[in-house]
Amino acid sequence: MAEVEVIRVFERNVPRRSFIKGVIAAGASVSSAGYLFRSPGLLAATSLQGSTERLVTLRVNGQQRRVDVLPQETLAMTLRYKLGLTGTKLGCDRAECGACTVLIDNVTHYGCSMFTHQVRGREVTTIEGLEDADTGALHPVQQAVLEEGGFQCAFCAPGFIMSMVGMLETNPNPTREEAAHALSGNLCRCGDYQKILNSAMRAAERARMA
Amino acid sequence: MSHKSKSDLRLIGKSQRKIEGLAKSTGRAVYTDDLAFPGMLHGKILRSPHPHARILSVDVSKAEALPGVHAVVTGADMPVPYGIIPWTPDEYPLCVDRVRYIGDGVAAVAAVDEDTALAALELIDVEYEELPAFFDPVDAVEADGSTPFIHDAKKPGWNGNVTKKVKLEFGDVEELMDSSAVVVEDDYFFEGTTHTPIEPHCAIGMWEPDVVDGAGHGGAGTVVGGSIAAEGAIEGSSIVRGSPPGARNAAASADGQTATASPAKASAKPGPGGPAAPPGAEATNRGKLTVWSATQVPHYLHRELSRVLDVDSARVRVIQPLVGGAFGGKSEPFDLEFCVGALAMKTGRPVKILYTREEVFYAHRGRHPFHMRYRTGCDQEGKLQSVDAKILLDGGAYASFGLVTTYYSGQLLCAPYAIPAYRFDSTRVYTNKPACGPKRGHGSVQPRFAFEVQLDRLAERVGLDPIEFRRRNFIGEHTRTINELRITSNGFLECLEAVERASGWSKKFRAMPFGRGIGVAGSTYISGTNYPIYPNEMPQSAVQMQIDRSGRVAVFSGASEIGQGCDTLVAQIAAEELGIPIDYVRVLRGDTDFTPVDLGAYSSRVTFMLGNAAIDAARKLRKLVIDAVADHWEVKSGEVLLAGGYALWVPDTSRQMPVREAFNLAEARHGALGATGSYNTPKDVHGEYRGGTIGASPAYSFTAHVAEVEVDPDTGVVHVKSIWVAHDCGRALNPILVEGQMEGSAYMGFGEALMEQQIYKDADHGRAGLHDAPSLLDYRIPTALDTPELESLIVESIDPEGPYGAKEAGEGPLHPSIPAIANAIYDAVGVRMTRLPFSAPSVWRGLNVARENGTLGKPAAPSRQGVEV
Repeated sequence: MAEVEVIRVFERNVPRRSFIKGVIAAGASVSSAGYLFRSPGLLAATSLQGSTERLVTLRVNGQQRRVDVLPQETLAMTLRYKLGLTGTKLGCDRAECGACTVLIDNVTHYGCSMFTHQVRGREVTTIEGLEDADTGALHPVQQAVLEEGGFQCAFCAPGFIMSMVGMLETNPNPTREEAAHALSGNLCRCGDYQKILNSAMRAAERARMA
Repeated sequence: MSHKSKSDLRLIGKSQRKIEGLAKSTGRAVYTDDLAFPGMLHGKILRSPHPHARILSVDVSKAEALPGVHAVVTGADMPVPYGIIPWTPDEYPLCVDRVRYIGDGVAAVAAVDEDTALAALELIDVEYEELPAFFDPVDAVEADGSTPFIHDAKKPGWNGNVTKKVKLEFGDVEELMDSSAVVVEDDYFFEGTTHTPIEPHCAIGMWEPDVVDGAGHGGAGTVVGGSIAAEGAIEGSSIVRGSPPGARNAAASADGQTATASPAKASAKPGPGGPAAPPGAEATNRGKLTVWSATQVPHYLHRELSRVLDVDSARVRVIQPLVGGAFGGKSEPFDLEFCVGALAMKTGRPVKILYTREEVFYAHRGRHPFHMRYRTGCDQEGKLQSVDAKILLDGGAYASFGLVTTYYSGQLLCAPYAIPAYRFDSTRVYTNKPACGPKRGHGSVQPRFAFEVQLDRLAERVGLDPIEFRRRNFIGEHTRTINELRITSNGFLECLEAVERASGWSKKFRAMPFGRGIGVAGSTYISGTNYPIYPNEMPQSAVQMQIDRSGRVAVFSGASEIGQGCDTLVAQIAAEELGIPIDYVRVLRGDTDFTPVDLGAYSSRVTFMLGNAAIDAARKLRKLVIDAVADHWEVKSGEVLLAGGYALWVPDTSRQMPVREAFNLAEARHGALGATGSYNTPKDVHGEYRGGTIGASPAYSFTAHVAEVEVDPDTGVVHVKSIWVAHDCGRALNPILVEGQMEGSAYMGFGEALMEQQIYKDADHGRAGLHDAPSLLDYRIPTALDTPELESLIVESIDPEGPYGAKEAGEGPLHPSIPAIANAIYDAVGVRMTRLPFSAPSVWRGLNVARENGTLGKPAAPSRQGVEV
């Protein structure tokens, strides 16, 4: 019992994600006890000290979106449940699986591990924003995924696709191994990595031609 | 059934893009949690902090009083035991009188949002009386009853911790063991692993009261306006709450074990009026219950929702959106599905529950830990003589599929090698941990590991190359196994040859430097089971096809699309048979209100059964169309072909018409054009002994793996460089999807071999029974960086009964991956791995033992390599 109590106290006082990040940074593993018995204390908080205005303007997929955001709300929650952008998936909600990967100012981030308030004034791109706004043409990465037959259940696909897009922003000519590194923050449990890497390589080729 | 040759097939056998591929690559594909409904509430489940305890009382009054909470349900609201196997209904949607693992559901709350629901869970007071718990299966099987068993014993004097015992013997095991030239005997341990689909379980319940005849029947029959949408804005105040769904059965709740017995008998003998109708009584809840769920088994969910929530099965609708991975982890009803139903019935509002990632780990139903002892004998020429297995299965808190798992632990070993004498003695016990169930390669992955390692040992002892050894023991095609399973097509030898050649085996085996090794293993698996989970004579799979005068064909399919591509399969078949482009096919799937029944995506049954059902329907339609065209042209029906979007006259193909016109001719003649098709399995091919039906399949797939590894002799780190997997899938209907299944299987086996383990803390390391690592950080699954190069080699044996000759590809290719890696480690450093996973510490210990024993090093090359049989 003692262990459970300790963690409850801990969680009430520390933002959960800061806690997880701290643990990761320290190289330790996240305790198993923390989640099942987690207290709603933090999540249920209606206002935090120094909390900010709730009605915020976000720039998502090139559009201004006004949205009512709780102080502790994550970007993934806002995208999925407030803005209807359900292409961004939640597989773990704690920075482990990468299904919620989005681009913020063209850099990949886990949507579950950022507060929505952190992205004010920044450009958020989700899977729904990849197609060409004028022509509707697929992004080279999406086209490559279709051509290579990548993904099975595809629940992880939006996250992987966003990671591929982010990778190509910084490394337009990846080797297969570099692509594997760039995509190692995303998990695919169907084990479709061969075809995902094929897609990444083809996407790079397509992007270069474009 | 004779099949068309490859050249006569236009779409079948060629890689087709998935019909939902575009939706999946643009984020438009809809999974359960992507759905939302007006007025929808969010549910959360309170879970037990104790591994084993009596529930003395549950007080939900404070939770109910919390603003924003709409309803709370407990075990007393649904005291009807259920279980996926009709003979072992031993669990409740929420625990009634006892909790049996840390994480067992006790109460569920529906509230305006998740935060409020979580806050309400904190306000539920549960009084427990803690009981001694069993964590070690050996303790569980040896229990004398001095402390309470995990489940009540079936008969006085029996051990209630035992789920199932199976002991079967074929041939004279002892005599042939005694006469064997070589016998090897070892203990093996297979650690439990879990599925971890990336999509967590999710379900939404909706209750539409019967406004005509709802009053007095316990439904929320008087909701103002009868409209969920209109009512959603009222914030709960005017909702008329129905009686708890299970109230009719409340009398049974005083003694949960009494309640267990009677429905078991009832569901084993379904009445003629419909399998799920409660026997002898009409359901009391009038109205319509709809449940959306990320399930692999909408039909079984449908049945159990009806039974447990006491709603006529004709009033239950299960909708299955796309499923984000399953692997066996969503192949039975889970607490959340009953809870959303009960909470929706109680509140009149849609209710959604989404598991947290941690809850997915506790829901589990993954691979059983197996403690195995194998003894195998062969003669001087390497011919297998006798196999003797004793297995203890650690089942966790509930039966789940355990009865089948116990049989599968022995039944599926008898191919691809001829075994003259075989005995297995398997016992599945309960322990106070999350329940184990089916995971990709249900019940037969663990014994395959042990057995294939033993074969490697035997080959070495008789001086044979292990591939040659396996060849010598090939069982053949169109034969019976020692346990009377009927083998039809069998491409195992081709599989062996394919991996031997592709891997460069002959240059590598025993020939690479110390620290580098190569290993082989083989296996078989079922293409569905001949007997469904509940006994019935109805088809296992059915589809309905409808032709529109526009040229479009609609396929109504009850099959479960979990990523394997069954929607694309039926589209391909419709297009192939009716001569239309594949994008003229619409597949409408996964809704029990308008699709025929398919039993689900498990046992590798979908391609075989759904495929045959789709062919049946499409050919009926094709005949109507061809006959109409032939009459119109005044030619013979046999001379008309539907292909490439046209009806063609074969003797002179310049005589043609667009297929749409052909459809119009047929519609004018017959009225609306529709056909149903179905497939049922052969019921006359199985063993004539108790349990002889379990493992009987219409066709078996075969696989061979070769793995190449590097082992660091100082640290024990194993690096799998490459895996070659050859799989006999009958005919590859869509090769790119078959490859995906093969690679996914090899990947999953690789993960289990090297890193995965679903384990629990003991009292010395925290709370006993607490999951050790319910997160994707600590429960390590391979990433793109970890996964080795996988080469898929498709072998096509063209099965006589499979659709166009196809067999399964989804689970079989996993089996040999683990023993192939174990055997490769041996080739690399001379260390036999007998326990999973082959993690660095474990291999390092093996290296140390070998060092002490002087066996560390490259094993000797076989003395008789290449000897002809």
